[in-house]
Amino acid sequence: MEINLAAEVGRISKQQVDLCYHCHKCTSGCPIVDAMEYGPDLVLKMVSLNQQEEIFRSRDIWLCAGCYTCATRCPNEIDIAAVMDALRQLAVAERYPAGVPDALLFHRLFLGVVKRLGRSHEAAMLGLFKMLAQVPITNDLVAGARLFMRGKVPLLPKRTRAAPEVRRIFNEVNR
Amino acid sequence: MTYAYYPGCSLHSTGLEYGLSTRSVFSYLGMGLAELPDWNCCGASSAHALNHKMALALPARNLAIAQGISKDLVIPCAACFNRMKSTDHALRTDLKLRAEIESLVGFTYTGQVTVRPLLDVLYTDYSPEKIRQQVKNSLKGLRVVTYYGCLLVRPPQVTQFDDPDDPQVMAELMSALGAHVMKWSHATDCCGAGLSLSRSDVVQKLVSRLVDRAREASAEVLVTACPLCQVNLEMRQIPEIKMPAFYFTELLGLALGLPEAPTWWRKHLVDPRPILRTAGLAE
Repeated sequence: MEINLAAEVGRISKQQVDLCYHCHKCTSGCPIVDAMEYGPDLVLKMVSLNQQEEIFRSRDIWLCAGCYTCATRCPNEIDIAAVMDALRQLAVAERYPAGVPDALLFHRLFLGVVKRLGRSHEAAMLGLFKMLAQVPITNDLVAGARLFMRGKVPLLPKRTRAAPEVRRIFNEVNR
Repeated sequence: MTYAYYPGCSLHSTGLEYGLSTRSVFSYLGMGLAELPDWNCCGASSAHALNHKMALALPARNLAIAQGISKDLVIPCAACFNRMKSTDHALRTDLKLRAEIESLVGFTYTGQVTVRPLLDVLYTDYSPEKIRQQVKNSLKGLRVVTYYGCLLVRPPQVTQFDDPDDPQVMAELMSALGAHVMKWSHATDCCGAGLSLSRSDVVQKLVSRLVDRAREASAEVLVTACPLCQVNLEMRQIPEIKMPAFYFTELLGLALGLPEAPTWWRKHLVDPRPILRTAGLAE
C-alpha cells in the first residue's frame, strides 16, 4: 500500500523529518552506525523522499538501540529515535520482513511474555529466543548457565495480580 | 520519609544485587521504600519499538498505583526510569493522549507524582556530605570510572537529570565514599542495550571499547546505575583480563560497612573480589 511516509511518521512520532538540514551530527554520534546500511541522517532523507521499500527492508530501523544520542544532539530537535520507533511500527504494519529478524523476534517474545505474566521472565524468554532465533543455539549457553548458577534466572515466574490487568490492556490496545 | 518504589523486572533477575544493595542501603540510612503492589513491566525497549500506545499504557498503570502511595516514585533501573518518565512527560504535555491512556488504563492522572532515579534521591535528599559522615570503610584504595549509559540522562528535556554530556552526581557520591574517581569521556556512551541477544557482536564491540577506555583512564572497576548496562559490561567484554562493573549501591553498602555486602560479590559474572582484596576492601 502506498503511504506518505513523512506524514505517517509525523502522525506516530510527532516528529517533522523535513526540519533536518543534514548536519550529520546524528550519524557521527551514532554508536551503532558501523553496523547500519544508511545511518540516521540518510534514513531521515529517505523518509522525506518516501523511499519506503528501502527503509522498511533496512537493518537500520532494527539496529537502532534507542540511546537518544541523535535526539540529544540534533540542532533542530528532531527525536530521531522516535522516528526509528515509528518506522519499525510501520514496517511491521506493512508486513515487511525485518532487516534484523532476531531483533523483531526478541521484541515480540518479550511483549508476549509480558502480556501473559504482566512482567518479564528471563527463563521463558531466553528459552523461546534460543529455539526460534537465527543466532546459533549454542551462543551464550555458558553465560546463561553462569547467570542461572547465581540465582539470576528463576525458572518459575512470580504470579501477580498485574497479569490479568496487563492482558486486558494489551487486548484493548490491539482491538 | 517513605518513597514509592518500582524495582522493575531486572532487579528480580539479572540485576539481583542491584535490588538487594538498594534495599540494604535505604534501610541503613533510614529511608523507607514502599514497593508498588502488583506493579507490571514498563515495556522496556520492546513496547516502544512495536506499539506506541502500549509503551505509554504499561508505565501509566504503574504511575496510577504510585499515585496512591507517595509523591516521589524512585526507580533504580535506568530503562524503567526512562519509560516511566517519558510516559509522565507525555501525559503531562499531551491532553488528548492523556485522556486516551486514562481510559485505557482506568485511572485519573493527577500529575502529583515525581518520577526520580535512585541516584537523584540519594544525591538530593540525602546528600554526598551526609553520606561522607557515615563512611566506615573508605574506598580510598579503589580507582573507579562512573558509567551512566544512556537512559538516565537522555533525552534531557524528558529525563531532567544531571548533565547528558558530563554527568557529576555519581562521581560526587563515589568521591564521598573515598573512591578515586578517574576522569574519562565515555560516561554516557551506549553499551548496545537490547541488541545483546540479537546482535551480540555489536554489544561486544561497544562494551569492549568502554572497558579499554576505562583502563586507559587507570580505572580498576566501572560503576553503573543500570542493570542492562551492568550485565552487558560483565557478560560481553572481550579483553582477556575482565573488569568488574559494580552497581553504585553496592559500593555504598561496602563503604557504609553493611555486613551483607560480601554476599553481593558472588552474584557478579566478573568476580570483583581480587580487586577488592588488593584495595584492602575484602577478606
